[in-house]
Amino acid sequence: MFWINTKRIVRLGFINFARNISVSIAAVLITTVALLVIASLMFSRAVLDSTLSQIQNAVDIRVYLSNSANNDEIASLQKRIEALPEVAQVSLSTNDQELADFTSRHQNDQLTLQAIEEIGANPFGSAFSIKAKDISQYSGIASFLDAEQNQTQSSIIDRVNYSRNKQAIDVINKMIASSKKLGITGVIFFSLISLLITFNTISLAIYMAREEISVMRLVGASTRYIRGPFIVSGLIYGLCASILSLIIILPITYWVGPKIYDLGTGINLFNFYLSNIVMFIGVITASGLAIGALSSYLAVRKYLKV
Amino acid sequence: MIYFDKVSKKYSDTSTALEEITISVEPKEFVSIVGHSGAGKTTLLKMILGEESPSQGSVYFESVNIHKLGKHDINKYRRRIGTVFQDFRLLPHLTVFENIAFAMEASGRSEEDIASDVPHVLELVNLSDKIMSFPRQLSGGEKQRVAIARAIVNQPDIIIADEPTGNLDPISSREIIDILQKINELGTVVILATHNKEIVDSLGKRVITMEKGKIIRDNKKGKFVM
Repeated sequence: MFWINTKRIVRLGFINFARNISVSIAAVLITTVALLVIASLMFSRAVLDSTLSQIQNAVDIRVYLSNSANNDEIASLQKRIEALPEVAQVSLSTNDQELADFTSRHQNDQLTLQAIEEIGANPFGSAFSIKAKDISQYSGIASFLDAEQNQTQSSIIDRVNYSRNKQAIDVINKMIASSKKLGITGVIFFSLISLLITFNTISLAIYMAREEISVMRLVGASTRYIRGPFIVSGLIYGLCASILSLIIILPITYWVGPKIYDLGTGINLFNFYLSNIVMFIGVITASGLAIGALSSYLAVRKYLKV
Repeated sequence: MIYFDKVSKKYSDTSTALEEITISVEPKEFVSIVGHSGAGKTTLLKMILGEESPSQGSVYFESVNIHKLGKHDINKYRRRIGTVFQDFRLLPHLTVFENIAFAMEASGRSEEDIASDVPHVLELVNLSDKIMSFPRQLSGGEKQRVAIARAIVNQPDIIIADEPTGNLDPISSREIIDILQKINELGTVVILATHNKEIVDSLGKRVITMEKGKIIRDNKKGKFVM
């Protein structure tokens, strides 16, 4: 009997969907909008993460060494810095590279280049560029460098530019923390609004079938038998809306992707979508099915009171 | 079979639908309930169906308090009752066959049962030739006969008919009452709520007269007296 009823519930679900086709289309479209909101939140999150990552990658601590420092001293200091657990990478720029970079940056400034030439020797020392594993860890590295510079008489550290970057690093730190909180709040808020709108549309479809529900109750149909077909219809709404959303996202991201990339976000949404297609199919389909089934479950409840 | 024990139903302090009703309906009985609109006939029928709960008192079906049944049991209980209404309550998008099969499917009956029983009940109500028609293609009397077929297809113990002839002409009304009598003769309890004096008088069965939520007359082989 369980399988006979299950088969009938599924069949009635498809019949309900097909019979009120205009309401079904409306429900599918509303659910599609809800799913596109969820997808746009995923894309926004990716853009934000990518942009923050871009900014984060641009942040470093520059350690300028005195030009009297020899190779052994430089290598020793580099080892000590690399040994810090917060440090992700230490790159050395030799004094020759520093001079070349400076010359390149000022190639149109003849006066400056002439001044360098008049000195006769390379006035630049080597420099370290230090990247932390996490942006919040720069202050720890800066403290270490500060101690190195002040505690040792023969320190080869000339100056550290952390204090100049500190403000920018702090702002980025706050942005990352806020964006995480805002992202979670946004997902919850928009998901609830989507659920509410979809619920109201599906309620309309169920309202149109209230006569059928009353007949089902009169003939002693079980709650499962009455509710089942509407949940199946809700699942069909969700599935159709998921497929539609996944298709609609393709041309949108294809068109918008390069534009977003050109803004310096470091992410092309079209490529992001294609490379994460399995995740998108999973999240959008699961959300569609959940919204459809949950909305139907809640909407039919008021007709089931004994 | 059915026993109302001092049942009252109040919707508010000023609105009383039923007041201290005590009646019993025996197996195989045909009971007509008569009274003006608002007398409490429909509330009484809804109590039997378990759609309304008493404010006071209890309604028993075979010694079981209907209103203490859980959701699962109330559904099972309702399968033992067939209902017929003035407005037919047929599903317009289903054929005659499908409307009747719908009630059987909801009760979990097998496809084989449906295939054999639906034509059989349609034969009982003289509608074999309309098996594939939709409700919009039927007359009022035919629609009501489909509703009766749907009500009896699960072989209920009781048929509740709430103004089944209210929308019908005298000839169709007579046909419907004849069918209900035939069902009753086969052993099913029929409880009929009606305004139709001619029909009640012609039946010569038990008549319960209600007024303002109270039973004012209960006569075996009674007549319609208001």
